[in-house]
Amino acid sequence: MPVYIIRRLGAGLVLALLVTFITFLLLSTSFEDVARTILGPSATPEVTEALIAERGWDRPVFVQYVDWLVNAAQGNFGVSVYTSLPVGPTVLQRLAVTLSVIIPALILTVILSTILGVWSASRGGAVDRLAQGISLVGYIVPGLLLAIGLVVIFAVQLKWLPATGYTPPGEDPAAWARSITIPVIVLVIGGVANMAAQVRGRMIDELRRDYVRTLRTRGTSTTSIVLRHALRNAASPALTVMSLEFIGMFGGALIIENVFALPGYGSFAFNASLQGDIPVIMGITAFGVLLVTGVNLLTDLANGWLNPKARVH
Amino acid sequence: MEAMTAPSTEHILAIEDAAATSRIPIWKRLLKDPQAVVTAGILVIIFLLGILTPFLTQHGPNDADLSMVNAPVGTPGYLLGADETGRDIWTRLLHSINTAAISAIIGAGVALVVGVIAGLIGGYFGAVTRASTEWIFNLVMTFPGILLLIILMPVTGGDYRFTMLIFGVLLSPGIYRIVRNLVVGVKNELFVDAARVSGLGNLRILRRHVLFVVRGPIIIAAAFMAGSAIAVQSGLAFLGVGSLEIPSFGAMIASGFRNLYIAPTQFLWPSLLLGVITASLVLLGNALRDTLEGSKPTPVKVGIGQKVAPGNDVKARDASALLEVTDLGIAYRGPSGQPREVVRGVSLSVARGEVVGVVGESGSGKTQTAFATLGVLPAEAIITRGSILFDGKELVGLTDARMRPLRGKEIAYIPQEPMSNLDPSYRVGSQLVEGVRSALGVSKKEAKERVLALLERCGINDPHRTFDSYPHQISGGMAQRVLIAGAVASRPRLLIADEPTTALDVTVQAEILDLLRDLQSELDMAMLLVTHNFGVVADICDRIVVMQNGAVVEEGPAIEIFQNPQDEYTRMLLGAILDESAVRADPPAAALAEGVLQ
Repeated sequence: MPVYIIRRLGAGLVLALLVTFITFLLLSTSFEDVARTILGPSATPEVTEALIAERGWDRPVFVQYVDWLVNAAQGNFGVSVYTSLPVGPTVLQRLAVTLSVIIPALILTVILSTILGVWSASRGGAVDRLAQGISLVGYIVPGLLLAIGLVVIFAVQLKWLPATGYTPPGEDPAAWARSITIPVIVLVIGGVANMAAQVRGRMIDELRRDYVRTLRTRGTSTTSIVLRHALRNAASPALTVMSLEFIGMFGGALIIENVFALPGYGSFAFNASLQGDIPVIMGITAFGVLLVTGVNLLTDLANGWLNPKARVH
Repeated sequence: MEAMTAPSTEHILAIEDAAATSRIPIWKRLLKDPQAVVTAGILVIIFLLGILTPFLTQHGPNDADLSMVNAPVGTPGYLLGADETGRDIWTRLLHSINTAAISAIIGAGVALVVGVIAGLIGGYFGAVTRASTEWIFNLVMTFPGILLLIILMPVTGGDYRFTMLIFGVLLSPGIYRIVRNLVVGVKNELFVDAARVSGLGNLRILRRHVLFVVRGPIIIAAAFMAGSAIAVQSGLAFLGVGSLEIPSFGAMIASGFRNLYIAPTQFLWPSLLLGVITASLVLLGNALRDTLEGSKPTPVKVGIGQKVAPGNDVKARDASALLEVTDLGIAYRGPSGQPREVVRGVSLSVARGEVVGVVGESGSGKTQTAFATLGVLPAEAIITRGSILFDGKELVGLTDARMRPLRGKEIAYIPQEPMSNLDPSYRVGSQLVEGVRSALGVSKKEAKERVLALLERCGINDPHRTFDSYPHQISGGMAQRVLIAGAVASRPRLLIADEPTTALDVTVQAEILDLLRDLQSELDMAMLLVTHNFGVVADICDRIVVMQNGAVVEEGPAIEIFQNPQDEYTRMLLGAILDESAVRADPPAAALAEGVLQ
């Protein structure tokens, strides 16, 4: 078991190095543009050159990357080119906003998908068609349209919820809950559409397996067959889908943050990219990869707990 | 393990159905599906409008006329009105269709090219190549795509075509997975071996055989990927990524959103069109999947009980036997919806304490008859006629809830393939304890003691260790002993054993048969032993029923059948075991023959 964890952590570390290096390599092509953006349109080539030399951007890319990596490993992610604010703490603060939306959305998605998927796989007929219909609607309506539609209905027309803005949960939990309600609903609808179909498919497969028939011949109750046996076996593949769903939400939150004006990770990344703020982009990439690695590791651990065969590897 | 199991009746029927439908060309099957026709039609019309843009518009997509700012719908020359800077909405919509089409082509195209090539390489060549491609695609898959597209904005310069190129790479793991799995499957099939023997090079094998097999799933995936490429491009354009000169649904929605209170219809048109396009692509993908891959099994209510055709008035022949099956018919629906009988009027009886062998080859309906008696026929099956009387009680038409008290307690079952019949997620012991408790309603402690004693009785040397093992930690023979222990735990009066030794090694087979015989006489239970092998029934059965094509061809006392078989088919089956025992003189060859036969 510990060897297994170490191996997964190692793979995550390699992923982090690879992604940050490739990002740095790609970004290094735009150092000149960044220098010009900082100096403004009137800057002469000499002045631009001087700034590039001053920042060390003319050194070999690999040297610069190692430099960044050594500092990052010590927790120093540098400062923003534009605001001179330290990158690390700012990224963490933005990340907290995004996670405060994604985590409730993910929890709700998992609960609702499990209920809907198990329900339609074990009841069939009209119940299944209804659940399939719900899932299809969530799947075919683009998240962007859904977000705007809900804002128009609940915030603009009915005025039940704030259209935009964010209150940290530490400041006023009730206001926080109201400010994330619509974004969470949007993420949940898209997530449930995808995940409920997965749970349903896995449950149908499991319920047709031989061991289910054998359990039935021993007089095992329907509830135990569905919830204790089939669901447990379906849960392990569904968990992988869940981790991908989390990663997907993490990316999808960007559009949500923009529509609802949430000061989150995605909109931060967006602004940094627009400005070409390379230290900030690198910090965002690094934290993103670490988060993804963490989620994958947790998924693997939970998988090992659910699926005895996975523990051996 | 899979290869050793004889194909079941359901399996054979499914193969027949697939063969019947695959004779009709794909496009003909698609034309019959209204969902495919309607969605494809909508998409063709929309994208045709996009192609015809120059003939349908009078303005350029970025021509701004300040006198036309927020012009209403129906303004002359501005069919759908104009936007916040006085640009014609109709013109911009048509241009946006083209942007969406190009996004879809680049995104899906790159994903297909990268995914298919990598999938062919990863699936066809050795383990090292596969492991490395696998690793790379796992990396790609675990990174949040949209975030990466945003991060790389300084690199792409916001050109949506470049962005879609990267997005295509991000989509490619899905295609890679599909292609790799199919290639691995195809590679192990005989015709590729045959092609290799006949001297075809690797590349030609890949092109001829593999690409032919993978085309269906790829077409399906392409529809879904085109949809997500369009959605992502719109999302990015909505955020303002990329050139403002490029008309796109996202940019139009953003402009309409800003203007929502002044002119709500500006928001409506692009949203509607984007919604229709993505929805059509998803629905088309679903329709393609159903047509090309066959619809997935639809769920049925768990515990709904076996279906019985109406108008069944068969009366049991004799109510004195423990099990009396009279004129039983079981049917499955074929591709045309017509029920096809796989069991046609089977009658057999088992007296108290008697051992009856049901012998026949795969597809003879013997297992279906056994399942019907247990009340666990698959949901697709229908009992067309007949009566199953157990201890004077009619089982045909009984609900699952009324059947449950009989199962385990009165009638028990030993399956063919031991491994797949244990739940892989629970320890062996807890599965048996659950069975004992639901059959007998005893305490957990009592059930555990009983299970441990039974495991020991069934020839397991270290019952405590087996009790605490997971199914994958024990051998096939051990698993079969576990299943036998589970079946006899509640002292049933009838034990149905479905090919109990078929999946096991030859040496273990004899031990399991001995165990079954001992348990049968010890517990004085009746036994219905289903098998394709006369060798198995020889020592153990009192009577034998021979089945072929869903009907009984011969039945009688075991000695009579062996000494004086009446039916041609019985003589053939008996001949098969004589051949087998002749081969068995040489042990390794016997093991080989065993594997081939099964």
